[in-house]
Amino acid sequence: MTNGINRRTFLKGAGVLAASAALPVGLVEIAFGKGNESFTFAYISDSHITQINDTQFVRNFDRGLQKAVLEVNFMDPQPDFVIFGGDLAQLGKKAEIDHGLAMMKDLTVPVTWVIGEHDYYLDLGKYWQEKVSPLYYSFDHKGVHFVVLNSILTHDDWTHKRWPTPEERMRQMARLDNPEGSPFMVKDEQIAWLKGDLAKVKKDTPLVVLSHSPLYKVFKEWNFWTDDAEKVQALLKPFKKVQVLHGHVHQVLYNRIGNISFNAFMATAWPWPYPVSYSQLKNKVPDMTVFMNRADPFKERDGTGWGKIDLAAGPKVVHHYELWENSPRTVENNPKGNPADTKYQDPKMRIPSQEHY
Amino acid sequence: MLKIVCSVAAVVVAAIALVISPARADEFTKEDLKKWDAAFQTVAKEGEKLFHSALGKNSVSCDMCHPHASNNHPETYPKFQKQLGKVVGLREMINWCIQNPLEGVPLALDDPRMYALEAYIYWERRGVKLAPGKH
Ligand SMILES: [Fe+2]
Ligand SMILES: [Fe+2]
Repeated sequence: MTNGINRRTFLKGAGVLAASAALPVGLVEIAFGKGNESFTFAYISDSHITQINDTQFVRNFDRGLQKAVLEVNFMDPQPDFVIFGGDLAQLGKKAEIDHGLAMMKDLTVPVTWVIGEHDYYLDLGKYWQEKVSPLYYSFDHKGVHFVVLNSILTHDDWTHKRWPTPEERMRQMARLDNPEGSPFMVKDEQIAWLKGDLAKVKKDTPLVVLSHSPLYKVFKEWNFWTDDAEKVQALLKPFKKVQVLHGHVHQVLYNRIGNISFNAFMATAWPWPYPVSYSQLKNKVPDMTVFMNRADPFKERDGTGWGKIDLAAGPKVVHHYELWENSPRTVENNPKGNPADTKYQDPKMRIPSQEHY
Repeated sequence: MLKIVCSVAAVVVAAIALVISPARADEFTKEDLKKWDAAFQTVAKEGEKLFHSALGKNSVSCDMCHPHASNNHPETYPKFQKQLGKVVGLREMINWCIQNPLEGVPLALDDPRMYALEAYIYWERRGVKLAPGKH
């Protein structure tokens, strides 16, 4: 955590500001938010705080979260709030949630919380609801309707009957490539709630939906997947502008299905490979995503980072990927409305480290 | 003369070896093949178990960065590992991961656990074209 990195983040923030001030008026008029209500929020996700014994936690993962918190605090101007995308803890332990919360308390702006499977499957969200946040809820901010979903539920049998102890259940769900795993779902009770919540919202109100897993299907074997995603998408379909933001995949990932744009962000803990790198199974990784570079394991923070979302700097939404140890990435909607990398979308612009093993 | 004696002796030794050898080269059955495959699978399964357990001191495991042993590219080894500044095999990289992200003690290069890890990693990459040296 050198001063150089902090200064770079700060300066980059200032550069983005200057660029948005210079945008043609026409572009600003079709901003995501209503009227002149432009705003920025930050996205931190997947810190996977891991307890080793009573007082010891995995240093690497602590450092990732601390670095993200520090850099968000350096943002100038400050974001309106921070979204935490889930997987604060590794095995859902109180000590891990408490330790993660203690680090997140250093943030100078409020936090909107999304729960991940690593926070949930020890006590099924009990401690999270006591100490952190409800599991699903909605709120309005400067003309945008935000919905938080708990997308990491699964079959009742798997949750309640399959495992001898809560610890064993948590351990099983924590293994990403588990053949004994179970697919993520939003489930009907929450879908009914969502239907009711959205009934009160005008169809031209911009929507931002926050979930931990992608609300579409990428790769079932790693739960880059929500089994009942289509039911959620159907409820979002009547709205003019819909942005889904999610964690869980620990990588830059973006897609568009109809009116819905999907963007995922890096973890602060460690990066995950793209499912295409597992040669034995088929995947549905969206073609439009320009992958982040394969992380260099000798650089501990490579492939991790945090994000910043501008809801007014461009035609729709601008996603800034603060990709540590790499050049930062920017993804925004192109004239066709698809999310596109502003620099690397054209294959001719790619650099060898993007193909590197 | 001595040469001829020697080569005659060699032929005799070879003939004796042939006679006392228990089976001809083509004398193995489908059952044998099954047995040998099962022996490999047992080692690969052991590797899968190791790959998903804490091999170091901090409870971190290999699969946390490499689900299904993906993103290891075993087909590219040996190769020039730019971070180490020399040509190394997959085993050196397995040990690097055990020592650094896993904060553990490296395995001997001929440790049975090393063979098991290797068996699992290669098994999950089966069918991919060899590409030694590729970056
Ligand atoms: Fe995660
Ligand atoms: Fe997750």
